[in-house]
Amino acid sequence: MIKEELKIKLTELFPSATIEDGEWLNMNLAVGDFLSAMEVLRNKPELNFDYLFCETCVDWKTHLTMVYHMDSTQYRHQLVVKVKLDRVKPEIETVSHIWRTAEFHEREVYELFGVNFLNHPDLRLLILPDGWEGKNPLRKDFEDPVNMIKL
Amino acid sequence: MAIKKYMSDKFQSESPLAFPGEVHPSPTGGVLVTRIDDVINWARSNSLWPLVFGTSCCAIEMMSAASAKYDWSRFGFEVARATPRQADVIIIAGTIVNKMAPVLRRLYDQMADPKYVIAMGACATSGGPFFYNTYSVIKGADHVIPVDVYVAGCPPRPEALIHALMTLQQKIKKGLTREQIREEGKQDYQKVV
Repeated sequence: MIKEELKIKLTELFPSATIEDGEWLNMNLAVGDFLSAMEVLRNKPELNFDYLFCETCVDWKTHLTMVYHMDSTQYRHQLVVKVKLDRVKPEIETVSHIWRTAEFHEREVYELFGVNFLNHPDLRLLILPDGWEGKNPLRKDFEDPVNMIKL
Repeated sequence: MAIKKYMSDKFQSESPLAFPGEVHPSPTGGVLVTRIDDVINWARSNSLWPLVFGTSCCAIEMMSAASAKYDWSRFGFEVARATPRQADVIIIAGTIVNKMAPVLRRLYDQMADPKYVIAMGACATSGGPFFYNTYSVIKGADHVIPVDVYVAGCPPRPEALIHALMTLQQKIKKGLTREQIREEGKQDYQKVV
């Protein structure tokens, strides 16, 4: 599906979402609609987003944004899904039962940003050594007096 | 011209080929007069086997220095060894992070004496240009193991690495301890001043 067709299709399917053009199509979802929308994106035969090739998070200081990049290996179309999260208590449903690869992507986001993934099968640190729970070094306000120079 | 002569003599005396000793010809052949320590250091310096150890982009330059175009075998760094037991010199080619530090320390401890260390590039000498403000990077590999030669650059070119290896050879051939080298440096400085 080309980008324009995909945009029309997505507008029909998710009336509550806002869609922006860019290098890829960007779809902004609310936390509430998020899980059901992701299931539709994966399972609807004409969309068939079967490959989640990137899942990460951005700290905007006022809020966090979860970013999901997905691709259909059948139709070769791509989509970026963005979800705004509360910075104080960031919580979102896991997508690891839809795309297995999300399991460790989410563990990475959990250790670096402290996002809590609900219903994740094995939410623990991925790369950071023991003792880093709750420290979230990729948050903008992270401070480390030993290793970091305060500018 | 005098300077040119001086530099060429200096290079000759410090070149890897210069053998430490004098040959006194005699009717039946010759007598070699030398010191056994000098011969050992000469042999050591011309057969330095580096450890296969690269943690970042500097490793790419190190591989380039090893391959046909630069070919560090010319200087005796013949075979890179994949085990510390058989290596003489460890080239720290890249960033050392907090998780890597104990591994580097263990590799160094496993190497047989005499062993030498080259810190290649900005990350290995000081933590690097990008990593001054991060939680994960060691600010210089000399916090973990002692370093003999530092190379500047990000990453240094293969020529710079080969120069560092030749500097290490000269250092070995002098056969001085770290304290003696430091003292020598002070004296050289006073001569200039």
